[in-house]
Amino acid sequence: MGALQALGRFTLGFIGRTGRLVLFAGSGVAHCVRPPFYWRNIVRQLIEIGYFSLPVVGLTAIFTGMVLALQSYTGFARFSAEGAVAKVVAISITRELGPVLAGLMVAGRIGAAMAAEIGTMRVTEQIDALTTLSTNPKKYLVAPRLIAGIIVLPLLVLVANVIGIFGGYLVSVFKLGFNPATYLQSTVAALTTEDVVSGLVKAAVFGFLITLMGCYHGYHSKGGAQGVGRATTNAVVSASILILCFDYILTELFFAK
Amino acid sequence: MTQAAPPKIRIRGLKKSFGTKTVLAGVDLDIYPGESVVVIGGSGTGKSVLLKCILGLLEADGGSIEIDGEEVVGLRGRRREEINRSCGMLFQGSALFDSLPVLENVAFGLLARKEIDRKEADATALRTLAQVGLDASVAGHFPSQLSGGMQKRVALARALATSPNIIFFDEPTTGLDPIMADIINNLIVKTTRDLGATALSITHDMASARKIAHRIAMLYQGRIIWAGAVAEIDDVDDARVNQFIHGRAEGPIQMTVEV
Ligand SMILES: Nc1ncnc2c1ncn2[C@@H]1O[C@H](COP(=O)(O)OP(=O)(O)OP(=O)(O)O)[C@@H](O)[C@H]1O
Ligand SMILES: [Mg+2]
Repeated sequence: MGALQALGRFTLGFIGRTGRLVLFAGSGVAHCVRPPFYWRNIVRQLIEIGYFSLPVVGLTAIFTGMVLALQSYTGFARFSAEGAVAKVVAISITRELGPVLAGLMVAGRIGAAMAAEIGTMRVTEQIDALTTLSTNPKKYLVAPRLIAGIIVLPLLVLVANVIGIFGGYLVSVFKLGFNPATYLQSTVAALTTEDVVSGLVKAAVFGFLITLMGCYHGYHSKGGAQGVGRATTNAVVSASILILCFDYILTELFFAK
Repeated sequence: MTQAAPPKIRIRGLKKSFGTKTVLAGVDLDIYPGESVVVIGGSGTGKSVLLKCILGLLEADGGSIEIDGEEVVGLRGRRREEINRSCGMLFQGSALFDSLPVLENVAFGLLARKEIDRKEADATALRTLAQVGLDASVAGHFPSQLSGGMQKRVALARALATSPNIIFFDEPTTGLDPIMADIINNLIVKTTRDLGATALSITHDMASARKIAHRIAMLYQGRIIWAGAVAEIDDVDDARVNQFIHGRAEGPIQMTVEV
């Protein structure tokens, strides 16, 4: 009986939380498309999420590209398929590793910061203060972050793609002794528009998920500094899990025909 | 006070609980136009909750709140925003936006209304800052660079900048030295008089209550147990009111001290 009760409570709680999140996401999106727009906040977030994430994302991408070239070279040598290195690097980076790793890095950086900032505003009543000053807090705080996340993640991933492929190129040419021109040629030949576009769509979705989780957990945090701390952790963990989960769903939609 | 006019704010049977904990158990209170009412009561009796219910920041569980005769419990959306426009609120912890400098904090409400441009809003903000005794040199500071008393004054300026006709002050003098507290009290009296505003304030500080109130109401166990003119408060029979205004530990009000 006890176990059944616990299971029931858990299920109800889960459904309740999911419902609340979906409602929050819906109203957030509604505020994204209805004026007024807080341009200053949008620009600020673009810089915060995009520009300041460049070093982290760039470093992640270059090492990923390098390791990918090395791994596939040594791995494929068993099947005498070393020639496929350029293709493997290009396709893995653009389709999969660029968006997912950039997403996870940004989730750690931005999801946490966002939840902490909005959570602090919640517990210090700044969000209530917005309401009393004729400003809708969701429009002012949530919408600009969602918009910035959706716009900027694809741009970051584009940069990550270039840097990642360049990392693979460095290792292949200078360490593994590939011919630079052939390597670049086979990279270009391997890539299709679909590879790149699917990666960028993933990035936009991840950008939405990261900022949504940061805003949602911050917005509903309660109970002082401890509550804000919990919101920060939850934002990062839930964003990371959702990224991996939606990565599968999107891949399925794009490529499983 | 002409009490023949209909009340500006009329609260009847207001209820609010959090989980199993009842905070407001049926509050009745009238606030007349141009009047300054102070609500007194012990810590945790739900004074802040009362203000938040009136402003719609918390949803009341039951009862009625009328502002200018219009029911606002359960009101949302555009109409709620319009009503909130005529209200100003000084939060207990100031609640200044810490990502914005002082000037933008004070100008925030003005700009949000989209009726005036940035230059005009800044000019009004500076004028309001001057009213609360802050000069232009603090305008560029961030809230975290100010002392608690200065933050209170900035928050006061922010609440007043939009010339609201109903103003709520949540413990405007708590945590200030007696001189600064008196300065803030004077400011509240003067600015509400100048604006012709109706004011509802909260305080535990009897000196402050006597100074800013026309009428005082005492909240205890979720109800208003006494309300009357300031002059009458010393002659009240109610032992609970007496205990509170004289600040005695012994009496009918037992504070639960959690260890
Ligand atoms: N959002 C909330 N969730 C749960 N409980 C709350 C919430 N807000 C207030 N309470 C509870 O309601 C009670 C009244 O709180 P309130 O802040 O109104 O007290 P107060 O009278 O303003 O006290 P003080 O003078 O110390 O500011 C408290 O016991 C508090 O725990
Ligand atoms: Mg309070």
